Amino acid sequence: MNNAYFDLLMWARGPGFTIALTVMVGGILLRLVEILLLGRKKDFAKAKGSPVAQGIKTIFTRSVARKGMMKEAPVTYVAGYVFHLGFAVAFLFLGAHIALIKSLLGFGWFDVNKALIETAAALAVIAAIALAYTRFTDPVRRALTRFDDWVVLVLSVLPLITGYIAVNRVFGVDATLWMAIHILTAELLMIAFPFTKLMHAVTFAVSRYYNGSIQGRKGAES
Amino acid sequence: MTATLDRGLNALREQIDAPVASFFTSCVSCGLCAEACLFYKETGDPKYTPIHKLEPMRRIWQNEFTLFGKAKAMLGLGGKVDDDMLTEWETLVYDSCTMCGRCTLVCPVGNDITLMIRKMREGLSASGHGPAELNGAAVRHTEGTSPMGNLEKALEARVKQAEGLTGLEIELDKEGAEYLLLLSSHEIATGPEMIESVAKIMDKAGKTWTISTEGFEATNVGIQLGNRDVAANLVSRIVKAAEKLRVKTVISPECGHAFQAVRWEGPNLIGRAYKFEVRHIIEVLDQLRAEGKLKTNGEKDPAKITFHDPCQVARRGGVIAEPRNLLNMVADNFVETEDAGVMNWCCSGGGGVGANQRANDLQEKAFGRKKKQIEDVAPEKIVTMCAFCHATLEDQLENNDMDDIEVASLTEMMAEYLED
Repeated sequence: MNNAYFDLLMWARGPGFTIALTVMVGGILLRLVEILLLGRKKDFAKAKGSPVAQGIKTIFTRSVARKGMMKEAPVTYVAGYVFHLGFAVAFLFLGAHIALIKSLLGFGWFDVNKALIETAAALAVIAAIALAYTRFTDPVRRALTRFDDWVVLVLSVLPLITGYIAVNRVFGVDATLWMAIHILTAELLMIAFPFTKLMHAVTFAVSRYYNGSIQGRKGAES
Repeated sequence: MTATLDRGLNALREQIDAPVASFFTSCVSCGLCAEACLFYKETGDPKYTPIHKLEPMRRIWQNEFTLFGKAKAMLGLGGKVDDDMLTEWETLVYDSCTMCGRCTLVCPVGNDITLMIRKMREGLSASGHGPAELNGAAVRHTEGTSPMGNLEKALEARVKQAEGLTGLEIELDKEGAEYLLLLSSHEIATGPEMIESVAKIMDKAGKTWTISTEGFEATNVGIQLGNRDVAANLVSRIVKAAEKLRVKTVISPECGHAFQAVRWEGPNLIGRAYKFEVRHIIEVLDQLRAEGKLKTNGEKDPAKITFHDPCQVARRGGVIAEPRNLLNMVADNFVETEDAGVMNWCCSGGGGVGANQRANDLQEKAFGRKKKQIEDVAPEKIVTMCAFCHATLEDQLENNDMDDIEVASLTEMMAEYLED
C-alpha cells in the first residue's frame, strides 16, 4: 500500500475512468444524434425487395469478405480480421475486464485462461503492425492515411501492450505503475473514441444498415 | 441559371444526409474500395481509389456537419473546397467512375460510395464542372426529345419499318394499352430491331402495348451529369405520357442508367409514387416466360455464349436471375465469366464515361478488366441487356482486335427464337 504509484492507480480507476466513460458515452451519443438528425428523404420508389430486413442482415453479412476479394488485399483482410478478433478477445474475456463490465452493467460472462488472452493480444499487436506497414508501403493506403489513422492505430495497441507488461511485469517493471498506465491508455482510447475514426466501431452498423436497405429496396444483393 | 462555386457548394450541402454522414464517419481508409475499382486496378494509380474521389464532399461534411469539424474549421484547420479543388476532382468524379457499384459492395463498413459519387456530381455540375458532352446532351434533351436532338420523326420511321418487317400493326399513343415501351435513343438510331422484337413478342404473348410520341426516350443524362432539375424534367415527360395513356406497366428498355432513372430515382425526382409499374424489359420478358406466354421454337443458338451483366440493371438493379432464365431457353452453350452476376466487371463506358471524350484513353485502359474476363471464356457471342454496354463492348472489342466476337441484345435474341 505504500507504493508511490498507488494514488495514480486509484485516480485512474476512479475519477479518471468516470471522466473517460462520460466523454466516450456522451460523445458517441452526440455523434450519433448529429448523424441521424440529418435524416433521409422518404423513398417513393416501390420496393422490389425488403429494405429493412436486408439492412439488418447486411449489418452482419458484411463482416464476411466478398468472394474473390481476399486475394486482392490479403494483408488488409487477414490483419484486419486478426486485429479485431484479437482485440475483442483480450478486451471481452479477461476476468478483470468482465468484473469491470459487470460492475457497470450488472451482468458479465465467462472468462478464458490467461494464455489465450495473451495470444489474442499478441496476435492483435502483430496484426496492427502489419496494418501500419501497409499504410507506409502500399500506395493506396499511404495516400489515404491521415493523422487520425495513426492516432487510432496507436491508441488501439497501447492498452494491449501496457496490459501485457503490467500483468507479466515484463523487465521487472512496477506492477502498480504499469497497471495505472494500462488503465490510462485505455481511458485515452475511450476519450479519443468519439472524435476519431474509432467511431466506426459504432457507426459501421448504421452504414451497413443503410447500404443493405438501399440495395434491398431494389431487390439487389448487398 | 449560371453555374457558380456557391451554387455547387450549396448543392453538395443539400446532398448530405444521414447515410452520407454515417458513411464518412465509418470510413477507416482501409483502401479496399480501390481493389474493387476497374480504374484503379487497371492503372495502379492510387488517385483512383473510390473514397478519395469524394474528398471535397467529405471536407464539407466535416467542416459544416460535425461539431468537432466546425471547431477545427473555425481555427482555420478545416481544409477548403474551392474552384481549383473541384477542377482537380472533376476528372476523378466523371472520367474515372462509371458508378458501377463494386466498391459499394466490398466496403467493410458498408459505405455506399457509388451513391455518394452520384450525389457529388450534383455539386460539380452546379459549380460548372460537368463534362462538356454531358452538358450538351442535357441541353439537347431538355430542348428536344432526346440527347441526340429531336427523334420523333426517326421513331415514326422506325415504327413503320418494324411494321413492314413483322406485318404487325404498331399503334403509337394507344390509350389503355397494358405496356408502354420506352426506348433509348441509341436503339432508335441504330435500327428497327428493338421495336420489331418487342412487337413480335407482345403479339405472341397476346399483350397490348404502345409507344408514346410524347415520352419515348428513356435515357436521362441528368442522372449521369448530376443535375436533379434536368433529371426530374426528363422523367416527368415519361410519367405524364404513361399516366395520360393509363398504361399499367412502363417498360424500361435495355439501358442501365435509364432503369435507375425511371425505376428507382424517378419517383423521388418528381416527389411522389407512380400510378403505374416500371419494369426492365428483361423482367417483363421473364414474367411472360413464367406465365407461359413467351415460348421459343425449341431451337437454340449453338455458339459459345456468355452474358454481360450491366451494372445498373444487375448489381444495382437486382435483375440477375431473369436474363439467365431467358438465355437458357435459347443458348445451347452458355458459359458464365468469372465474377458474373453481382460482382461483374463494368464494360467501362457507363455513368457518362463513354460519352466523355476527355476520358477516352482512360476508358480504353479500364476496359482491360472486362477484356480479361472475356478472354478467359473466349466466347463467340456476348449477350447483354443494356444498349450502352452493347455499344461499348463492340467499340472496345474492335479496339482490341477482338471484333470476331459478336455482341447481341437479349430481347432481340428472344424474338429471334420465338415459337412460330
